[in-house]
Amino acid sequence: MFYTYFVAFMLALVSYTLIDNVLLSRFYGICSFIGVGNKVKSAVSMGVAVVFVIVFSALICYPIYHFVLMPAGLEFLDTVVYILVIASLVQIVGLFIKKYSPALYKSLGIYLPLITTNCAVLGVVQENTFPGKMLDFPMSMANAFGTSLGYLLMIFVFACIRTRLDTYSTPRAFKGIPIALLTAAVMAMALMGLSGIGA
Amino acid sequence: MDQIKRSQHHNSLVAGIIRENPLFVTVLGTCPALAITKSLEAAVGMGILFTFVLICSNVLISALRKLIPEEVETPAYIVVVATFVTVVKMVTEAFVPALFDSLGVFLSLLVVNCIVLGRAEAFANKNGVYDSFLDGVGNGLGYTLALIVIAFVREILGTGVLSFGSIFPFLKVNGANVTLPILKGNGYDYSISLFAEPAGAFIVFGIMMAIIAVIANRKKDKEAAVKRAAAIAAAQKAAAEKARQQTAAVEGGAH
Repeated sequence: MFYTYFVAFMLALVSYTLIDNVLLSRFYGICSFIGVGNKVKSAVSMGVAVVFVIVFSALICYPIYHFVLMPAGLEFLDTVVYILVIASLVQIVGLFIKKYSPALYKSLGIYLPLITTNCAVLGVVQENTFPGKMLDFPMSMANAFGTSLGYLLMIFVFACIRTRLDTYSTPRAFKGIPIALLTAAVMAMALMGLSGIGA
Repeated sequence: MDQIKRSQHHNSLVAGIIRENPLFVTVLGTCPALAITKSLEAAVGMGILFTFVLICSNVLISALRKLIPEEVETPAYIVVVATFVTVVKMVTEAFVPALFDSLGVFLSLLVVNCIVLGRAEAFANKNGVYDSFLDGVGNGLGYTLALIVIAFVREILGTGVLSFGSIFPFLKVNGANVTLPILKGNGYDYSISLFAEPAGAFIVFGIMMAIIAVIANRKKDKEAAVKRAAAIAAAQKAAAEKARQQTAAVEGGAH
């Protein structure tokens, strides 16, 4: 019983990280994916900050939905509550980092406000409590961890690829965003090859 | 005065449709554009809901623009948008449940849509209610058009047919979906299922951005050529003037 659940948990983790990758298959957070461009260091900083915020907001929003909104019959307020939780969480994380690690704040600081409006955060939290496809607590944490790790991995890989792309002579019309999108298509095709694991 | 006002209204309406198209020119709101463009009907539904949310939030934010303090601007906007999104979600779930299911989480994600927040910050908090309304209509139409173009290509290439009726029941004929065979029919099937997958979305969007870049580049080249021709003409004129002055000076010296 425990064993089967554990296997399901691990498969869900792999699936959320790679097969249903947040950027290349579920399309959350494409704006930041394209916008962060070719700077590897800022891509990684952004990714780490997103991991923090996704995991903590999933941790906080789950009890809020199940122990506050559901008993009170206010499920329809979920989006409003989640976005407020995420916005204040981002503020608090920012203050904490500023107090305890000014160096980290210096490199993460400018990305923190952007995370509030990153679809990946709200997307994961909404998925965890989507009507009809509700996930239990371990599975929603698997979703949060897997998704955010997938985000970090892909935004890092993509930034590395784009630094190389800049030095190649692409056709003029494809320079910049078009070639980046086609690269993303090839990456998405690579991940398609993994689908079927655990099915 | 009246004329200026009218041209400003006209500009707020038209700018967002093609010249400053939110998806293809400013490259905002890419997440739903890739995710829900597998079928044309879902794209149209998303476009309508998006336009409604954008118009409502633009109007309300513009009406409240003198009341909202600058420090809490963004949270205030998010709450306003979230309210309208909640309304839209409930109405869609009740009246068009098939659309609610096919849009899924992306309906909630309208809250953090860069275009809605971007228009609030760039336009609605600086302009009047009527202009903000027109701006919402223009940008909504522009985004809907862009979604329709992508979805049209993807549905035809991905499934080989255009089918209507599975999301909007009023499009059904005699209780059955209407299907237009284009690449797939009796005995032939030229559809490429990759285009219904996520990778296909990136390919279609990337190629469309490239086509737009070609058009923009051609326009830029033409402008540059005109500018260069004008510069050459001016240089020639200046040189001729100088030469004339010099000959005049030489002639003057000879006298």
